[in-house]
Amino acid sequence: MFAAAIRSASPLARLARPAAGLVRTPTLAAASSLQRMLQRQVSGTSAAQAVSAVTPPTPEGRVLFPGATGSHYTEKMSFNRDPKAMSTYRVLDLEGNVIDPAQEPDLPKEVLLKMYKSMLTLNAMDLILYEAQRQGRISFYMTSYGEEATHMGSAAALKNDDVVYGQYREAGVLMYRGFTIEQFMNQCYSNAMDFGKGRQMPVHYGSRELNFQTISSPLGTQLPQAAGSAYALKLSGKDACVICYFGEGAASEGDFHAALNIASTTESPCLFFCRNNGYAISTPVKDQYRGDGIASRGQGYGMDTIRVDGNDALAVYNAVKEARRRAISESRPVLIEALTYRVGHHSTSDDSSAYRPKTEVSDWIKQDSPIARFRKYLEKKGHWTADEEAAFKKSVRSQILKEFAAAEKIPKPSLDHMFTDVLAGEQPWNLKEQEAEMRALVKEFPQHYDTKDYQK
Amino acid sequence: MSSFFGLRALARRPATAMRFASTPVRAMASSSGNQLTVREALNQAMDEEMKKDKTVFLLGEEVAQYNGAYKVSKGLLDKYGPDRVIDTPITEMGFAGLAVGAAMAGLKPICEFMTFNFAMQAIDHIVNSAAKTRYMSGGMVNVPIVFRGPNGAAAGVAAQHSQDYAAWYGQIPGLKVVSPWSAEDAKGLMKAAIRDPDPVVVLENEIMYGQTFEVSDEVMKDDFVVPIGKAKVEREGKDVTVVAHSRAVGQSLEVAAALEKQGVSVEVINLRSIRPLDIDTVIKSVKKTNHLVTVEGGFPQYSVGSEICAQIMESDAFDHLDAPVARVTGADIPTPYAKNLEDLAFPRLESIEKTILATVNKSKK
Repeated sequence: MFAAAIRSASPLARLARPAAGLVRTPTLAAASSLQRMLQRQVSGTSAAQAVSAVTPPTPEGRVLFPGATGSHYTEKMSFNRDPKAMSTYRVLDLEGNVIDPAQEPDLPKEVLLKMYKSMLTLNAMDLILYEAQRQGRISFYMTSYGEEATHMGSAAALKNDDVVYGQYREAGVLMYRGFTIEQFMNQCYSNAMDFGKGRQMPVHYGSRELNFQTISSPLGTQLPQAAGSAYALKLSGKDACVICYFGEGAASEGDFHAALNIASTTESPCLFFCRNNGYAISTPVKDQYRGDGIASRGQGYGMDTIRVDGNDALAVYNAVKEARRRAISESRPVLIEALTYRVGHHSTSDDSSAYRPKTEVSDWIKQDSPIARFRKYLEKKGHWTADEEAAFKKSVRSQILKEFAAAEKIPKPSLDHMFTDVLAGEQPWNLKEQEAEMRALVKEFPQHYDTKDYQK
Repeated sequence: MSSFFGLRALARRPATAMRFASTPVRAMASSSGNQLTVREALNQAMDEEMKKDKTVFLLGEEVAQYNGAYKVSKGLLDKYGPDRVIDTPITEMGFAGLAVGAAMAGLKPICEFMTFNFAMQAIDHIVNSAAKTRYMSGGMVNVPIVFRGPNGAAAGVAAQHSQDYAAWYGQIPGLKVVSPWSAEDAKGLMKAAIRDPDPVVVLENEIMYGQTFEVSDEVMKDDFVVPIGKAKVEREGKDVTVVAHSRAVGQSLEVAAALEKQGVSVEVINLRSIRPLDIDTVIKSVKKTNHLVTVEGGFPQYSVGSEICAQIMESDAFDHLDAPVARVTGADIPTPYAKNLEDLAFPRLESIEKTILATVNKSKK
């Protein structure tokens, strides 16, 4: 009757239970009694099964403890910490030259130009919407300056069936997939055309159709959820994976560790893509972690990991493409750390000159702009010219301004949407009552509830 | 220290108090003699729903190989395999998050917490993601998930294993919350929860797992569902209404049986659902009895009883009250470990009885 309410993570508690899934081989008869005892207590992990199913373990070399059966004994005491940082994969140098031709992806011109034009469009849209917030037209905005290559490089390597979980600085991925400028504007303006029906802050986009999960504010919660969606995809047998974006700051959340671990144990095809841009609002990386970036953590969870130059769209493309292949064909999560630099402020609520010199930012823009680097590559390949650049920039800017003006004029969502979608099915009685009360108030006090800007 | 065994501790009360039977709660209703424990009922519910619907799966600590920390998921791994009954690493945040993501991708997870105390390590996923996502996504994304596990009083496990979360989850728009008492409740509400397209929190109780109930043949069928949001009148009466959920229902029924002999007719309502709260059933009863007592194991401040008081006052049942509503709750302290202290920290049969009598006597002039 004394239920085992106390959680026992201790190995002793585990040993006290009779083991399910005993591992037995005929050769065990020859092994020592110590080995036999330890084998009985192994709880059927695949590593342990492999050990005893293949060869009998030798007492004097191989560790038999269930926790690390791949280990070997040593008499030399050493504390391990790899002083060498993981190398950073790149395809293009700062001038847009392909360093190793074997690494250049075989992408058709249309795809390359789509990537590049999306970068320019995102950049232009960021400029206008940031200003809109400054002018009080929208309440909040976040730009993606400096990280355009992480968006387009990864998006181009994915298929439409792949599910995207973002953090908040991945608008480019959504744009590449087909979210229109009009739709971006409507979401930021929270007007009647917003898919979210005016319930989310600006930049908290989502699109069911484009498999882009709505952005959720609490940091890092998207990681284990991405693992869960990946698990569902695995069971469905679909040729698809999940990609989960997060910043290096969010990687300090408990959810990050929980997610990578459980994605590994459940063998879920999830790409964990870290945008390490050097800052989490004002917190520089030295106050965020002391290990070798985020990439060093992947090994701890048994994951394949790669660190890439996040300002190199082609490197990001190659890494994500290969990671996707591994994740799906081998049913495992993969960690990608894209190093980049956050050129803009964290958001419109931030002024980064408070914690970093403006020269640092301008130096980065000069030395390594992902857009400039990619443009140079395209120009060298003969896919793009300065004239086309000027013309496109002009036309995309006027297109954005047009959509911007249109979005501003669309009324706010109807009050009809205030009490819907809380639960599925028919509206519960308490919400019906509250809605009726709301309508009565609005009707009785028009001077306090001005609804002229709201859709009827 | 004192010996253990829950209800038998009643034998050590002062002689002046009433003697209550210290046996498991007797069967209610039914004619057929099917004996079912709450544990078996929960197991049946999950088994039947997993059989019917391939998207339903169970995950949590110890649910698979060990058959469940409390054996509620016994046999499910053998039947449905490791893809659908998953032993997770120790990370509530991780597996609750994974479950939410799986639900958003179209599966129907049952996420077990070893106790709801540990669910606090995952409560962001429950509240900020599961509960709010349908609304915040403009109806585009839904989360058909069940969070389940033992809630409230256990036995000799102190404060971090004994808290009752009914009021916490009961406050959240977008969540449904149920709190079964009997085996019939457990089976019917669990099946309803699994089938529900919205996130549902199922607050079980560890002390109730082993309690046997006699259930009808209907309950034993594989399509027996109890609607969420509907309370059940377990015992009719005319002098006072007692509203309770989970274990307190059994306690209230024991007290009601004893008070019958004193000539006090007690109507006992089993809430079954915390959210939506079936206040209509309570209102109807109060209009008949004119007296109301709420009983629960949770802390008193901002409790389920508080909400019932507020809603009764806001309704026309208020005019029918002959005495103020009284609440019987757990003590406003972290649950102590020592047996004598723990017993005093939760509603006791004497305190329920005393409160009922005081309420009824208050109206006598």
